[in-house]
Amino acid sequence: MLPDSPPAATPAPDLASSAPPPQPGLAELFIAFARISLAGFGGVLIWTRRGIVEQHRWMTADEFNETYALCHFLPGPNIVNLSVVFGSRFRGIPGGVAAFAGLVGPPMLIAIMLAAVYAHYGEIDALRRTLAGVACAAVGLLIAVVFKMITPLIEKRDGAGLVMLAAVFVAIGFLRLPLQIVLLVAIPVSLAVTIFQRRPKA
Amino acid sequence: MNSNGNPILALIWTFGLMSLFAVGGANSAIPEMNRIAVDVRHWMSDKEFADLFAISQLSPGPNVLIVTLIGYSVAGIAGALVATVAMCGPTAALAYCVSRLLRRSQHSRWPAIIQAALVPLSIGLMAASALILARSSDQSVLAALMTLAAAVVAFATRLNPFWMLLAGGIFGLAGLI
Repeated sequence: MLPDSPPAATPAPDLASSAPPPQPGLAELFIAFARISLAGFGGVLIWTRRGIVEQHRWMTADEFNETYALCHFLPGPNIVNLSVVFGSRFRGIPGGVAAFAGLVGPPMLIAIMLAAVYAHYGEIDALRRTLAGVACAAVGLLIAVVFKMITPLIEKRDGAGLVMLAAVFVAIGFLRLPLQIVLLVAIPVSLAVTIFQRRPKA
Repeated sequence: MNSNGNPILALIWTFGLMSLFAVGGANSAIPEMNRIAVDVRHWMSDKEFADLFAISQLSPGPNVLIVTLIGYSVAGIAGALVATVAMCGPTAALAYCVSRLLRRSQHSRWPAIIQAALVPLSIGLMAASALILARSSDQSVLAALMTLAAAVVAFATRLNPFWMLLAGGIFGLAGLI
């Protein structure tokens, strides 16, 4: 069911690889993902890689990249997908649930506590002002992520990609069209453009 | 809170559907969350939505926490749980199935093509998220400058984002924003 083929065809990693990769149990999965999640402000990916690949050596860097790429092209929260795929690889569906619960459970408690404070004291002026300042900075962080992601498209001179990006931005940001409708048009168009661009050159 | 229908069912329907369309993660779906929570269902004001986003960024953990907070503000703890599971469940099940399929048929070129096609779309969605949040957060020149400063520092350095959030909070508390 989980073909972690023992006759490993992968070339031996540089570091001491004689020990077989450890097989995490359910509690270990929960704790590992809880620690990763609680360490991560504004993006959990770096911590996930650090925890899974470097600290626990549950995956090689290549395996991690492959799994992450898969979870990135699927819809939904990428890291959540990754935790489920990762956990279920070792311990089946219970493993996926344990990793997911670790990733989302503890931060959820913190967020709910903060939200409860906000619900009770949200009208206090000092708190309002503080949160308004945090909100401004949070938007700035999001803008930075957007520009970091656009940079490779500009470097590759991916004109079609930039046009698609701008079209989605206008449709959702300015025209406020429903997401489903925009994507039902944009995904086929973008797929067609990508396939056309990658066709074998004659 | 809206009176037409059970809010728990509304949360399940809203986020369960959104789950499968959230190309590029929770931050890409923010415009859709804003549209539904503020304009369609009237669960909260624009300002409240921006506040919830700020709280979700203040908490450690994945970006999907914004969904938890929307659920919480609509229907308390039960709402928080239901919204989070609805947002994560369908796509997690899909990820589980696809990963098992792909382990059987290696070397398909489709994942790479689909990913390349989706990247510009998810960036466009995130840019729209930033626009919508900036509209409700940046009501003054100083607020816009704070956003700009955080964006520049986060783009140009590897400083932990937490410090930018803290700086924003301090400036806000000091009454500068």
